[in-house]
Amino acid sequence: MEMNAREEALVKHLADMEEDEALEIAKAMLLEEGVDPLRVLELCRTAMDMVGKRFEEGEYFLPELVLAGEMLDTIGAIAKPLIKTAPGEEAKKLGKVLIGTVHGDLHDIGKNIVTFMLDINGFEVKDIGVDVPVATFIDEIRAYRPDVVGLSGFLTLAFDSMKETIAAFEAAGMRQDFKVMIGGGQIDETVRAYTGADAFGVNAVEAVSLCRTWTGVAA
Amino acid sequence: MTTIHDVPQGETKLAYDARRQRILDCIALKQPDRMPVVLYATFWLAKYGGITCKELMYDYEKTAAVATRALEEFEPDAVAPLVQITAAGRSLEAIGFKQLQWPGHGVGDNQPFQYLDREYMKAEEYDDFLFDPTGYYLRTYLPRVASAFEGFEDLPSFPGLHYFRLVAGIRPFAKPSVKAALQKVIAAAEEVETFIGHATAWNRDAAARGYPLINGAVAVSPYDFIADYFRGATGMMKDLFRHKDRLLALLDKASDFLTRQTIATARASGQDIVQIPIHWAPDAFMSGKQFETFWWPPFRKMMMGMIDAGLVPMPLWEADCTKRLEIIRDVPAGKCIYWFERTDMGRAFEVLGDTVALRGNISPSLLTTGRPDEVDAAVKHLVDTVWAKGGNLMLDAAFGIPDETPVENVRAMFDAARRYAG
Repeated sequence: MEMNAREEALVKHLADMEEDEALEIAKAMLLEEGVDPLRVLELCRTAMDMVGKRFEEGEYFLPELVLAGEMLDTIGAIAKPLIKTAPGEEAKKLGKVLIGTVHGDLHDIGKNIVTFMLDINGFEVKDIGVDVPVATFIDEIRAYRPDVVGLSGFLTLAFDSMKETIAAFEAAGMRQDFKVMIGGGQIDETVRAYTGADAFGVNAVEAVSLCRTWTGVAA
Repeated sequence: MTTIHDVPQGETKLAYDARRQRILDCIALKQPDRMPVVLYATFWLAKYGGITCKELMYDYEKTAAVATRALEEFEPDAVAPLVQITAAGRSLEAIGFKQLQWPGHGVGDNQPFQYLDREYMKAEEYDDFLFDPTGYYLRTYLPRVASAFEGFEDLPSFPGLHYFRLVAGIRPFAKPSVKAALQKVIAAAEEVETFIGHATAWNRDAAARGYPLINGAVAVSPYDFIADYFRGATGMMKDLFRHKDRLLALLDKASDFLTRQTIATARASGQDIVQIPIHWAPDAFMSGKQFETFWWPPFRKMMMGMIDAGLVPMPLWEADCTKRLEIIRDVPAGKCIYWFERTDMGRAFEVLGDTVALRGNISPSLLTTGRPDEVDAAVKHLVDTVWAKGGNLMLDAAFGIPDETPVENVRAMFDAARRYAG
């Protein structure tokens, strides 16, 4: 992407976790200089691609993802009201992902990070929260028609909840309509096989890569 | 330091001494006569005993009976204080504890308790906490985390009270809000006394039956203390960038007061092995540089303080900490037990075998979903890769027995340990 020096500086500050400097430039661009908000968000996405790459390469970890998410939220909150979008002009999303923590489990840190990473990578994500009953998953899936369903869980009790939830997808005749990925502190191949999920991921980048593969987006 | 308990007599004393010696040998990096196996379980005891999770938390007698049954069936070389780590329901209720949801309080009767990750300290409160930790606890933190303390917001600020200002300064104790809070805290403390009385009685009975205690004392690392119980997971991660200097100052201060408190409580309870659950050290959670800047230095200082006081730090390194092994090796040899959850134990032994005793780490997914023969094979693998090569390993599940583990898999774990390593 062609960038002028100021745009390059914004991308660099965002990617380097220099929050104060990045927000100062972004705010000035949006509120004083009349820069197109869609352009600012595009620059943010470029920076987030760099953050994601550094995460994959083992330079960045969860703290950087969390701070990147915060910076993006702050800039997005200023930019979005300024966008004058004609109907049908919204950026096309790569695919739809429904995500939630299975019943009995209240943990959400990992799920929230996966949601954020999918969102900044161009997926439309619906997060239906924690301790989600099987019936709620089914209702939400019928209404939302996702390409991928993500089941999250941190406790060992989540193994059975995931198995039960996926079995209910089968019973409802919808299992073939989407892929199922699972994740959480204790999830491994043994648990994937036990629950009948299509795949598991050990971090948010793996979740993005699974969704890319399944929706036919080049990794 | 010796443990206080009813001194077992006769044959049980011999059994007690033999078991305790195995643990002490491992700590001292001398391989004992057989590989010790530890019994550590929380809500698995409910499944084992056929009672609900709620009963396990609320019914002292039932919990003690189930715990004793497990002790007698599996004959471990050391046992966790099984009543103390489960039967806190009445105490939590009396104190109005807000950081957990437990059976009858947010989760069902047959579900384990779960911690609520929230922001319990605001980012702008670092200076308050640093300036006067006790005042911050009394007037801000305690009312936030436990309803019995609601009203303590009205307590006076103590530093500075003197002479006649001291006399006038205690007026807040006459406020209805403070009086009501004090009454609730006293009632809660009495319930906790009852709870600890039952817990201690069970520990003594276990000793009298010949079973020494392990992880009778508990501590927390400075980083996890602030991340888990004050700032919340994401708040803490942002603080690494936004409040670096204040965070480092608080980590250092917390290291000192946590060390003092750990030594005092361990001495009061007569326990020398201190379990320290570790949540935020894993490879995936922060970079090596962040780990060496924020996480490790205050924790190492704390461990050294504990070692100097004659205690045995026993961190439970959760998740995979393989990349940390070279760094956490920097402790005096023969003074610590490192308990690993998902870190490859063979690799841990290669790096740490001449420095610390090891504990763990049969996989939770295998224990809950696998077959007894698979558990047997997993134990044999640990024996082959660690114990048979001279490793001072105490066998256990990765973080104790997972709640859903079939009883036959627990039997398989204990049987395999005896079969392959004495």
